[in-house]
Order: sequence, then structure tokens, then C-alpha cells
Amino acid sequence: MGDPEKKKAALRIPRQKMPHLGLHLRKTTFQEVPLGYSAKQARLEAQRCLQCKRTVCIQGCPVLIDIPAFLQLIVDGDIIGASRKIKEANALPAICGRVCPQEDQCEKTCVLAKKGEPLAIGRLERYVADYEREHNAVEVPPLPPPTGKRIAVIGSGPAGLIAASELALKGHDVTIFEALHKPGGVLVYGIPEFRLPKKIVEAEINYIQSLGVKIKTGYIIGMLYSVDELFAQGFQAVFIGIGAGLPRFLNIPGENLCGIFSANEFLTRANLMFAYDFPRADTPIVVGKKVVVLGAGNTAMDAARIAIRLGADDVCIVYRRTRAEAPARIEEIQRAEEEGLKFHFLMAPTRFIGNDDGWLRTMECIRMELGEPDDSGRRRPVPIPGSEFIMEVDTIVNAIGSGSNTILFRTASDIERSKWGTIVADEETGLTSKKGVYAGGDIVTGAATVILAMGAGKAAAVAIDEYLATL
Amino acid sequence: MAKILEKTILAPKIVRMIIDTPEIARKRQAGQFVIVRISELGERIPLSIADADPERGTLTLVIQEVGKTSACLNEMEPGEEILDVVGPLGIPTHIENFGRVVGIGGGVGIAPLHPIIQALKRAGNHVTTILGGRSKEFVIMEDEMRKVSDELLICTDDGSYGKKGFVTVVLQELLDAKTPIDFCIAIGPPIMMRNVCKITKPYGVATYVSLNTIMVDGTGMCGSCRVTVDGKTRFVCVDGPEFNGHQVDFDEMFKRMETFKPLEDEAYRRHQEQMKKKPVRKVAMEGD
Repeated sequence: MGDPEKKKAALRIPRQKMPHLGLHLRKTTFQEVPLGYSAKQARLEAQRCLQCKRTVCIQGCPVLIDIPAFLQLIVDGDIIGASRKIKEANALPAICGRVCPQEDQCEKTCVLAKKGEPLAIGRLERYVADYEREHNAVEVPPLPPPTGKRIAVIGSGPAGLIAASELALKGHDVTIFEALHKPGGVLVYGIPEFRLPKKIVEAEINYIQSLGVKIKTGYIIGMLYSVDELFAQGFQAVFIGIGAGLPRFLNIPGENLCGIFSANEFLTRANLMFAYDFPRADTPIVVGKKVVVLGAGNTAMDAARIAIRLGADDVCIVYRRTRAEAPARIEEIQRAEEEGLKFHFLMAPTRFIGNDDGWLRTMECIRMELGEPDDSGRRRPVPIPGSEFIMEVDTIVNAIGSGSNTILFRTASDIERSKWGTIVADEETGLTSKKGVYAGGDIVTGAATVILAMGAGKAAAVAIDEYLATL
Repeated sequence: MAKILEKTILAPKIVRMIIDTPEIARKRQAGQFVIVRISELGERIPLSIADADPERGTLTLVIQEVGKTSACLNEMEPGEEILDVVGPLGIPTHIENFGRVVGIGGGVGIAPLHPIIQALKRAGNHVTTILGGRSKEFVIMEDEMRKVSDELLICTDDGSYGKKGFVTVVLQELLDAKTPIDFCIAIGPPIMMRNVCKITKPYGVATYVSLNTIMVDGTGMCGSCRVTVDGKTRFVCVDGPEFNGHQVDFDEMFKRMETFKPLEDEAYRRHQEQMKKKPVRKVAMEGD
């Protein structure tokens, strides 16, 4: 932006606020909470972009979207063009616009953040993607002639979807194998409807299928076919993006009482299986009056907000560190607090106590204090001796984290894994210890974010494309 | 999608279906199961595999109506498609020549016992099979089980067929007669499996049971199916479904299986009411 007058004008526009669904509807329905920008807001917000020469925002984006270019297209009024500009780098813009932690990525590096509030890049990404979809303007980009090379992608979560779309755009023949009955991985079983409507996930997956990607649901690789069998079937490379799909438990007494759920179970029932719509949907879910969610990450916030919507009287987070260490996005914590979520910091359960029927009734907790920093750089919580007390609770959702599912490796022991069970893969390319096998996302990094998984999927696609050229 | 090819009613509310699932049929081994979903808003339920024909590409499922989903499934007819069939799931039965084996099947548990007994017999074991049912009509698959057993003993709760009493009575008689038993596998109602384990424990007879707990994904992702075995939490879907019965905390398992009982009963009751209102469905109409 060369014109200093224009620049001044841009700096006078405030960051546009996101309109939200009314609180009553939020607490009683699963409708999406942020409603999206209006056309006027989107244009105003895009006009705030200074079109810096040094594109630090792009460097903050794991999939390297040309952010200034798509913002300029919004200013020019070419919303569909803006969406297509994003899609050159990211096939899932409506999803990323909703669930990326932009405050830690593109918006963190935005120059405007130095003096005021950063540009709302995520909200604009969402706006243009929604606009394109709602105007039925989604088109298949021109595809190169088929290369005849076949790639199997295991897992249809963010990493697998992006690896597949990138490889399809290079003309390869890609098949995704998904264990569940619906594609999307954590986007469909994990993230709730009120944060990421399933019809949007479906639409973006349809787009990836329109690029020629085949998706086979209900295929459990490791059980039905091994990785070696996939090669025997004619696939020339394999990408593994199976996520972090193993619930972690605390291993304390009483953990198998009724009323104690892993976050995976609670979220899968509510999101993938539509249990909030029981009995219209067949899968049941139960929440008691007093619900405690263990952990303070995004998954914990999602579980807590589901419990609120399912009618629990009292929902609270029990977290062994403090608010400052909570891994959830600040925005998610705010949304949850507005809806009535309470927090108990510096506290951890030591055992669960049930009634004669095996149902959870109370839990014993111990208070913590913060000690020296641990490996993660956060101060380590240390129990205060003798500070145990009893808390009433009838539902626990355990959201302390998840590990790696081992089912794939039963028939693929030659893929090297770390002591945490994650796949050992090259940081740049995703190449594993097995020839032609690449991996990315949570199965390599441990539980992280949608966009980091997508970045890994994209990088692996480049490496796979290069590898296939050598065959 | 898996097409239903054949359907037979084995007993009141127990149906056998042969379904077209070539990939799973080629791959499955004794002791494994599948997860089935029949409609877009449907739940995922685990079902044992009673048999498979890899050449024909079919699985045999034996389904007992115990709730809404199993009721809807049993109302389906040949030619209709089951929306999702996923598998094979679970660790296959460990098969070896133990010597003398006793297989115990109670009610619909006879179905998953079939492929296991078949494999044990093929491995050279001498197989004694005990089948139990509430009454004569609930003793299913007798002919198939006879084919794969050296000895077949039958009992019914009401004495309408075979010996009167539970399978544990017959098992106790074998133990009293000092019949050598090197390995025992029991599949049936949870209470039956627990009672079998109680009986064999003092005799030191290795006894395995196949558990059928609540599941959602069946791939180790949710932990809904967790049980305590030998003091440790295990997942039935990926660590089982078979476990050393002497180490299973059955009391905990019974309680966990009741987690959603009031809701499941409610869904089943609503379904039954709806079915009453519906005109009786015609099967394979001519000229269709």
C-alpha cells in the first residue's frame, strides 16, 4: 500500500466483531455459534490489510495461503476469486476459517497486531469459502492428465484429506481408507456441530472427491488389509494420517464406574452419532446434573459445551494447572464461560467413588501448586500433601489427552515408532522407516491442531509426488 | 453396503442372515466380529460372526432382538442392504491343539462359538460341546455344532430338550466325572460366562470367555467397552473380545453394560409401539 492516505484510512477501521448466536439458543441447541461476517463487514475488515511487502502472515500459515492476495480480491469485490485463491493452497477453507488457531499463526505475525488488533484473517477465510459454497460457485479446477500412479491414504482426517487433494491435483489416482462410516476424522467425530457444522465438512470433502479422490469408508487398515497388502493391491505409495485416536485414562481407582467417559467416547456419541438428537438418532448419551470435564484443552471445552447443551445443571473444568497454562484457544474458553462453564484450577482427581449400582457419585481431589518448569516449559503442577477433599459429581468426561491407536501396526511392525507410539517420520517429507510409506498429523506429532496436520499432509504430498516420479 | 442374501428364523427373535461381504469373508478368523449400522441416524452395534464362506464371499450373522437396532435388523429381508458392515474386528481366537476342549454355548452365544469350535476341532482337539437354551426352541444351530464336535451335550432351563438345567450343571457333571479338560471356552449371556468361570476355577481349567460389551467405534478409539481383566483396564474391541475368564471383573462389567439401559429400553419400547401401528409387512411379493 503505497498511498499513505489510504493507509491511514485503513488504520482507522476497527477489527470487525463476529456476530454470535443468542445465548439461550447456544445453551439449548447445537446450532453454530459464530454467525459469520456480513458482506459489509468482510469488505471493511479486508480493507484493513496494509498489503505489506514482507508477507509475514503467509509465513505464519502452515499451508502457506497467499493471504494478502485473497484479501485484495475481497476488497476488489471478487469474493469467489478470493476463495479460489485460498484453494490453490488449502482445499478446506471453510473448515480452517472456523477451527484454526489463527491467533498463534497468521494473525500472530500480522503487522497490525503490533499497534492494535490483527486482521481477522480466519473470519475472512470463512466468509469467502461460505460465500462460494452458498452461491453454488464451487468448481473443479483444471486437472492435469492422469499419471496412472496410485496412492493409498489411510485416515480421512485433515492430514489425509489434504495429502489426497494435493496428490489428486497432480494427476495421481488417490484412494482414502477410513475406518469409520463417515469421512472427516476428528472433523466429524471430534469437533462439535456448534463449532463446525457437519454439512460444511461434507461440502469440503465433496470438493476433494470432485478432484477424483475416492473415499472408502468402513475400511480398517491393520485389520482388513495390512499396509503390505495395499502395496500388493497396486498402490505405489501410502500416506498414514490416522490421528491420535486412543483415549488416555488417569489410571486411578474407580475409573471404570458408569458415568465416566473418555472425551473420545463422549464426543463421538454426540458428534458422529448425533446422540444429542436421541431418540430420533439411535445412539444414546447420558449426562448427570453435575458434570466435571478433566483437562483444559479445546477438546475439554467442546465436551463441556456439549454437556451444557445436553441440559446438565452444573458443568465445570477441573485442571491441574492454571488458566495461563490451559492449552485451549482463548476464544474457546471465552465462549464456554459465556455459556456457564466454571473452572477449578490447580486441582486433580485422585479417585472416583460410586454407589452400589456402579455409578459415579463423588470424586476425591487433591490441590496442586505450580513448581519448576517441566519438559513442555510450563510450570509443573505439584500435589499439596494433605489437601484432599471430596467433590460431588455424577458425570466425568476425561479430556486429558489422547495417544496413538496401534491397530494399524499389528500388521505393519516394520514402521518405526517412538516410545510414545507415534510414527518416526522425516520432519520435512513425512517419510517413515518403510519405503514408499509417509505419515503426517497427530500420528507423528501427538495430538496437535487441524492446520498442523494439514501442513504435514501437504508436505508429504510434495514428497510422495517426487518419490512417484522416481518409480 | 452389504446385501442380505438369505434369512432364516432360528428361534423366536433370533434370525440368521447370510450377507454379501466378500472382503471381510476372505479375511475374518474365528473369534472376530463386525460392527453394523443400518441407517443414517442409526447406532453402531457389534455382532459376532457365526460363519463365513470366503469363496461365496459371505458372512453368517446370528442376531437376537434385544433392542431397537437388532429389532430393525431382524425385520430386514433378503435383497435389502445393510448400510455399513465393518470388520473384521477383535483379536482372533488363539487356536492350538490343547488336547481335550470343552466349548459352551448359551442361547445366541452358540453362534460365535461355532467358528471357534470348528477351528479347534480342525487343529486336532477332542471337542465336547455343551449347548444350552431357555427351552428346546432356543437351542439353535444343533446340526452345525454336532458336525464340528466329537461329543454334543444339550440342556434347557425348562427341561423341554436334553438335560434340565443350566450349562453349568452339565459342566459340573463332566468335572465330577473327572473328565480331563485342557481348555474351556464359554460364550453366552454374561451371567452364564461368569458362572462357568466360577465352576472351572477351583479345577484350574483354563477358561476363556468372549465378551460383548457396549461399543461405539470398535477400533479402540472410545473406550466404552472397557473391562477390568487381571486388575488392568482392557478394551474388549481391540484387546479382546476373548479374555481369560478367571481374570475378568464380571461384576464391574455387568454394571457398565447397564449404562444406557433406560434409554435403550425407551428406544425399544417406542419402536415396538410403532411396529404395532404399522401394517404387517409382506415378504417377497410376487410380481414385484
